[in-house]
Amino acid sequence: MASQPTRFGSLQHFDKGGVEVIKDDPRNYVFSNVFEVASKARPYEKVAVGKNIEYVIEAIRAEGTSGWRVAAQDEFALVMDGEVEVRLVKPDDPSLVPPGSHGSIPVAGDPRGKRMGRVRARRGHMTLLPAGAAYQFHAGHPSVILLQTLAGRDTIERWAEICQTTPRPQA
Amino acid sequence: MTTDTLPELGSIEPNRFGYRDFQLGKFSFSRDEYFVHIRWPNGTHMLAVDAFLRAIQRDVAWGFFYGIVNFDTVIGTVNHYGTVDLFAGRFNPQYRQAGLDYSENFKTEAISRLFEAILVDWTNATFDPFASPAETGSAFGPKNGSNKEAITRHRVTAKRMIGAPGDEPVRTDDNGFPINRQFKDVPQDAPEVHAEPGFEHEVVSVNLFAYLSRSDVTWNPSVVSVCKNSLYCPTTEEYILPIIHGNDRVEWFVQLCDEIQWEVEDRDTGAVRARVTMKAGDVAAMPADIRHRGFSPKRSMLLVWENASPELPALYASGKMPPAPVQF
Repeated sequence: MASQPTRFGSLQHFDKGGVEVIKDDPRNYVFSNVFEVASKARPYEKVAVGKNIEYVIEAIRAEGTSGWRVAAQDEFALVMDGEVEVRLVKPDDPSLVPPGSHGSIPVAGDPRGKRMGRVRARRGHMTLLPAGAAYQFHAGHPSVILLQTLAGRDTIERWAEICQTTPRPQA
Repeated sequence: MTTDTLPELGSIEPNRFGYRDFQLGKFSFSRDEYFVHIRWPNGTHMLAVDAFLRAIQRDVAWGFFYGIVNFDTVIGTVNHYGTVDLFAGRFNPQYRQAGLDYSENFKTEAISRLFEAILVDWTNATFDPFASPAETGSAFGPKNGSNKEAITRHRVTAKRMIGAPGDEPVRTDDNGFPINRQFKDVPQDAPEVHAEPGFEHEVVSVNLFAYLSRSDVTWNPSVVSVCKNSLYCPTTEEYILPIIHGNDRVEWFVQLCDEIQWEVEDRDTGAVRARVTMKAGDVAAMPADIRHRGFSPKRSMLLVWENASPELPALYASGKMPPAPVQF
């Protein structure tokens, strides 16, 4: 069998598929593209591209240095394009994040606590953001993170803007 | 009524092709060189043996998955999470209208054991039900050895995240997972992980794309990360999904590389609803009232995102939850 190159997407280049409706509403498929979403987002906006009851996956344009955030549950950051440094701190004050809270919350300033370490992640790399650990992202050039988490106070839902609403994909 | 006695696991004597016959409740299963013959009190059906083995392999590997696993337009299973329906014609409108659909309920252990026994006896040495057609030999012909290694693979189910201490390991050449022929160009670089002393178990990062490039199976979602009931279940896909999956909840797809085209039909009637083409970076929901089958021209990586909350099937079945995940 002839070899075919593996095609990944990126902020610089992506091809979008789409929904061809036979007898349906295209909005039922909530069809979007993470690179398109990130290309139009502000740095570190947490734009939901998937939602399943209380859970979301968020497309994040990583550019520059984010604020610190902390969550009560594990989250997972998958780099879809570019390179992102993930910095982790164990906060001295465990009450920084209320137990049972959903999604991550911002931390004012720099969290006081022990440095846990850092990860330099590139395309395809998935990093654990441990529950209770404060984390910060840094990207020297625009990159894309797909974040697995719960919907939180800063999750942005803009479905009508990001999703296909026409019965055929737009050219 | 649930059949809870363990079934006889195959006839004592093989048939003239070398294969044993099997019985589960009032369903009987036999095979010849090309076909599987399924019989029930008011009907019969045939499937090509490779298609049948690919389908029941997925049922066994996925614990009957979420909702409905259609082997084709007639035969399939419905997961009730402790018991399983085996049906004929249940989701085929012509069978239903004629009153000829048939279904029996079994304890999960019973039907799972029966399917495992069929796989052991009917899978010849030349055939791997998990492989793409280009990677395996023929399922046809008279009995020719067995392939237990192929049909008893460990299913990856991470407790927290692959690569985390004590969790599912990453794949390497040394632990039996070379890079698949169609992913030779996927970068294998590792993330740079710098953990401070005492935090080595929590500063964890893996190359997920490299991990997937080393998968030796197709169409086999496996859990790699767990956020409470939110499960990332990526899989590598090539050729055609061996079953038609009827949802009992919403699931989501993120195309990580290459392309898959999905045929989407009404879950209960099979009426065609849409065709969804997904390319790298595309995200799409599969609503809770559809069934779908995927076509992947080249081996591709698909992130299947599931919500494993046990109360969901009842919420969707009752209509308390709309089948589409968001309204806008």
